[in-house]
Amino acid sequence: MPRFTFHRLWAIVLKEFIQMKRDRVTFGIMIGIPLMQLMMFGFAINSDPRHLPAALRVADQGPFARTLVQALRTSDYFAFVHETSDEAEAQRLLQLGDVQFVINIPADFTRQLLRGERPTVLIEADATDPAATGPALAAVNALAATVFNRDLPGPLARLRAKDGPVDFRVHAHYNPENITQFNVVPGLMGVVLTMTMVIITALAITRERERGTMENLLATPVRPFEVIVGKILPYIVVGYIQVSLILVAAHFVFDVPMVGSLPLLYVVSLLFIAANLAVGITFSTLAKNQLQAVQMAFFFFLPSILLSGFMFPFRGMPDWAQAVGSCLPNTHFLRIVRGILLKGNGFSEIAPHLWPLLVFLVIAMTIGVKRYRQTLD
Amino acid sequence: MSPPAAATPTDLAIDVTGVTKRFGEKTVVNAIDLAVRRGEIYGFLGPNGSGKTTFIRMLCGLLTPDAGTGTCLGYDVRSQQAEIKRHVGYMTQKFSYYEDLSIRENLDFIARIYAVPDRRAAVQRSLDRLGLANRSHQIAGQLSGGWKQRLALAACLIHEPKLLLLDEPTAGVDPKARREFWDEIHQLAADGLTVLITTHYMDEAERCHRLAYLAYGHLLTRGTLAEVLAAAKLTTWSITGPDLRTLATTLRDRAGVEQVVAFGNTLHVSGRDAARLTATIAAVRDPRHDWKQITSGLEDVFISLMDEAKDNFA
Ligand SMILES: Nc1ncnc2c1ncn2[C@@H]1O[C@H](COP(=O)(O)OP(=O)(O)O)[C@@H](O)[C@H]1O
Ligand SMILES: [Mg+2]
Repeated sequence: MPRFTFHRLWAIVLKEFIQMKRDRVTFGIMIGIPLMQLMMFGFAINSDPRHLPAALRVADQGPFARTLVQALRTSDYFAFVHETSDEAEAQRLLQLGDVQFVINIPADFTRQLLRGERPTVLIEADATDPAATGPALAAVNALAATVFNRDLPGPLARLRAKDGPVDFRVHAHYNPENITQFNVVPGLMGVVLTMTMVIITALAITRERERGTMENLLATPVRPFEVIVGKILPYIVVGYIQVSLILVAAHFVFDVPMVGSLPLLYVVSLLFIAANLAVGITFSTLAKNQLQAVQMAFFFFLPSILLSGFMFPFRGMPDWAQAVGSCLPNTHFLRIVRGILLKGNGFSEIAPHLWPLLVFLVIAMTIGVKRYRQTLD
Repeated sequence: MSPPAAATPTDLAIDVTGVTKRFGEKTVVNAIDLAVRRGEIYGFLGPNGSGKTTFIRMLCGLLTPDAGTGTCLGYDVRSQQAEIKRHVGYMTQKFSYYEDLSIRENLDFIARIYAVPDRRAAVQRSLDRLGLANRSHQIAGQLSGGWKQRLALAACLIHEPKLLLLDEPTAGVDPKARREFWDEIHQLAADGLTVLITTHYMDEAERCHRLAYLAYGHLLTRGTLAEVLAAAKLTTWSITGPDLRTLATTLRDRAGVEQVVAFGNTLHVSGRDAARLTATIAAVRDPRHDWKQITSGLEDVFISLMDEAKDNFA
């Protein structure tokens, strides 16, 4: 049985490089996609929205209530577009989507505050889009501790208490994992790589079949593994170009903090890039033509963007979605990238997300090599 | 390249029996036996869809036969396909090198795949030999039919195969290029290469050492040109004179007349049943015409074979 040989693998690699070089349009798209997505997700989609419409229901006219309202206003997150004393009307505004929040300050707010009873301020939030409400609510919590510092001097300082003089209660099922640009831009790395890497190799074998070059390739002694790895290797280079592009933009354009080790990120990216390329190759062996291959790639791309924790906070998704998400390489890669860049994770912290990538790669490669037919039968 | 140690000592490059291929219900290649001697140019003829390409693909391991056994260069066609691939050069019917690679890049690619020793020199030699040297940087997709065919031939020769399988290599190539191509094939055969070639051109068929004719997946005849002509037992008359068009109409559908073919100033009338043909001719004979019995041409023989096959297999 003839075994794997390096010279045949190398022949495929060089050939793929030349073809990539000739196909300017595809290469342009490979570079253009990360740039376009950076523009779309990084700039256009503002995930730290401010001036959100809010309704005020203030039953207390005391100075403390006024201070609190003023503080909320200057936080920039709230635009108080309605004032009402009617609870039903407030509910209606929320339901219609006219306001994102209703802020309820109770009648005995000042009295309770002065007695040190931590009056409850109820914030009702329309959490349909948790990404929209999250930052605002976070700001409220930050503000709670300090808002009355000036108003409660001297002996009243004891009222400041360690958890703040006011109890902000949020009525909304909302996700604590708030998405910011810092989260989105590193996340884009996984999304861009999934999209481009899968599509580019999904076409790799169907293209040979459609153009008729497969017949020639099959008539040579080249082995399935050599063809598949030979087609994967050149695109790893492209994947790294994309990674670098996003990192440069993340740093210089979006000021994303890079706490962890970049070399570590580069090394583990290899696993993710290879996994996606292998998925593409596998699609390519399953698809009858290039159109089918692209459709399969898209089919894979959708859950990778929707269920990976990129679009929606992962823990906010229903169990089934989390289960699907856990099988996708992008889910694990997102955690790795965010972990390394934002949290400064080292190898031991990201290791739990590495082996799923490895398992995925091995499975995809195995299916690809097994499905690669060596005859025209 | 490993020595053909596994090859059984034989003077046959191809030696197969009962080779059969079915696609679904349809038997495309039906129990074909074929023996091709080393160093021979073997012509494979037959109408479109007769199974020539399918048969060749089975020889070089691209398709698995449903039945049949045999060897190609001494290697078993069923189990030693990898060995066969290393020593066979296969030129596909449709150009199947990379259209977005240049001539040289295509040759480099194939040479690398076969681990040709001293690749650079081998590629250069092959460029020179087929007159491709000063076009080596041209993109294959932009070449005309004749140049594509040269590239394909160069590419399937680069690993110095012992057997060439050429599937309609000269389709769509001008006469001069065809002539040069055949000169090249004869040179290669003289150097010891075995060539199996499919074609629709009669002049090319006549340049083969031996021939086989395939129709509906059945091998109908084979042998040297003389043997094929003799075996056909076809009688042909050549007629010259005035108003051949009317004569042709008269002759068609008469007993014993199988083919009536008009050439410029002559009419060829052929049939397998010599007695009935002669009788028919005697009935319609007109003194203004000049009648002459001639030896049947290869084309007449093949058309006759195909008509016969249509009755039997279609
Ligand atoms: N992969 C295939 N699947 C189904 N039918 C096929 C396939 N390849 C060839 N055929 C059929 O087999 C017949 C013989 O085809 P082919 O070998 O290409 O003939 P030729 O080369 O003599 O023109 C044709 O009718 C063709 O349609
Ligand atoms: Mg054919």
